[in-house]
Amino acid sequence: MIWQAFNDELGANPVEKLTHETGLWGLNFLLITLALTPVKRITGMLWLVQLRRMLGLYAFFYACLHLLVYTWLDQYFLWEEIVEDIIKRPYITLGFSAWLILLPLALTSNRLSIRKLGKKWKNLHKLVYLASVLVIVHFIWLVKADYAEPLIYLFILLLLLVSRLPIIARQRLPGR
Amino acid sequence: MLIKKPTDIKSSEITDHTDWLNRRSFLKQAALVGLGAAVLPYSRVGAAEPQSVSNNAGFKKFKSLEKTAFGKGLKLTPYKDVTTYNNFYEFGTDKKDPSENAHTLKTRPWTITVSGECEKPGVIDIEDILTGFTQEERIYRFRCVEAWAMVVPWVGFPLGDLIKRFQPTSKAKYVTFETLLDKKQMPGQKRPIFDWPYTEGLRMDEAMHPLTILSTGLYGELMPNQNGAPIRLVVPWKYGFKSIKSIVKIHFSETEPLTTWNDMAPDEYGFYSNVNPEVDHPRWSQKYHRLIGEGLFSRKHKTEIFNGYADQVASLYSGMDLKKQY
Repeated sequence: MIWQAFNDELGANPVEKLTHETGLWGLNFLLITLALTPVKRITGMLWLVQLRRMLGLYAFFYACLHLLVYTWLDQYFLWEEIVEDIIKRPYITLGFSAWLILLPLALTSNRLSIRKLGKKWKNLHKLVYLASVLVIVHFIWLVKADYAEPLIYLFILLLLLVSRLPIIARQRLPGR
Repeated sequence: MLIKKPTDIKSSEITDHTDWLNRRSFLKQAALVGLGAAVLPYSRVGAAEPQSVSNNAGFKKFKSLEKTAFGKGLKLTPYKDVTTYNNFYEFGTDKKDPSENAHTLKTRPWTITVSGECEKPGVIDIEDILTGFTQEERIYRFRCVEAWAMVVPWVGFPLGDLIKRFQPTSKAKYVTFETLLDKKQMPGQKRPIFDWPYTEGLRMDEAMHPLTILSTGLYGELMPNQNGAPIRLVVPWKYGFKSIKSIVKIHFSETEPLTTWNDMAPDEYGFYSNVNPEVDHPRWSQKYHRLIGEGLFSRKHKTEIFNGYADQVASLYSGMDLKKQY
């Protein structure tokens, strides 16, 4: 992306392109992070869980870039417009809320926080499910007419959430 | 300047693409020896050659174009951006889809069928349109409902001139336009995004307004497929989606027609859809717009009522509450 930006390869509307790309990669990493647990359960590759923190932080990193592109390149720090957007435009309200939820999760992703917060840490980090739902609705609500792409993402998220339902998560997998 | 009557322009006078390319390479060389600024018609030096622009008519450059004062002093959006950043869902919903997919559109033969409340309904051929109406260049601001904008040097002629030929009756209060319906040529129509074909409409006085044109080209050449070849509407004071592309039908009616976006989301897209910074799209602000082609670090511009054409068109809407009839 940075390479493209410096080489004028982002197309006719580079700001829109960067906004969309950072948003999509934030969502991709969020879903990949959520996929680790079910994939581990199915394949038995326990080491996958070690990647969870790193990938979650990638998701947050892209969410920050997404927010930065919006406030800087898109709105050029027109705070009045930004505040109005967050209050009046439901899809931006949701996107911003999702970022606000991810913020404390990123801040408490270190060992010290895990140790200090104990059981609370696990409950706190369950908020990632809420954030991911908000992100998908944020995506659906900004579309004008063609819902195919956000609906595919919604379907994947639903699969990942359903796989966590106790009734499914407790199933013993054949061959293991 | 010699202004030719429409009938004086024969199709043979329109330069074909090979000649035009030769002329371009000559111009490029001229630019190299320092004559460029004086000779080149547009600041297109360095703009990439269009990759997927195709036109079944053979990619022609208009030879005799009447220049007009419209848009004098406006900086044109680069040709590459005008022809690769398009909303034309008949060829895909991504902005770059039309430039990649619109080669399947066959723009010859092409006719427009005119019907409804008029004395002389009938069919008009694109060749007769190109030769029968003085093709002029008009540089207009183009503002999309998605809050981006361009400045485009259109080629075309007033819609009113064409309408008069069919002699609409006093019952003709509205004009409806339809895009071609053909899943083979327009593969995007295989998906039920809209109730195809794409339909748009204007009130009669809007249609007859001298700023409203039927456009047959841009940047001095025949319309690229992705921009709505061979003929499209351009209404510069309304959001871009009103300017329907690849028109095959025109219909006069007494009642307000159902139009595509208005039908799909009436609270978001009104029948009038005049550019208005005071009336936000329910999901985003219309106070500012981004001018395409200005690059990554450009700032947005303030959007003007009627896209800056208030002096010419505001009187059409006197007495109307533009916040209600958006």
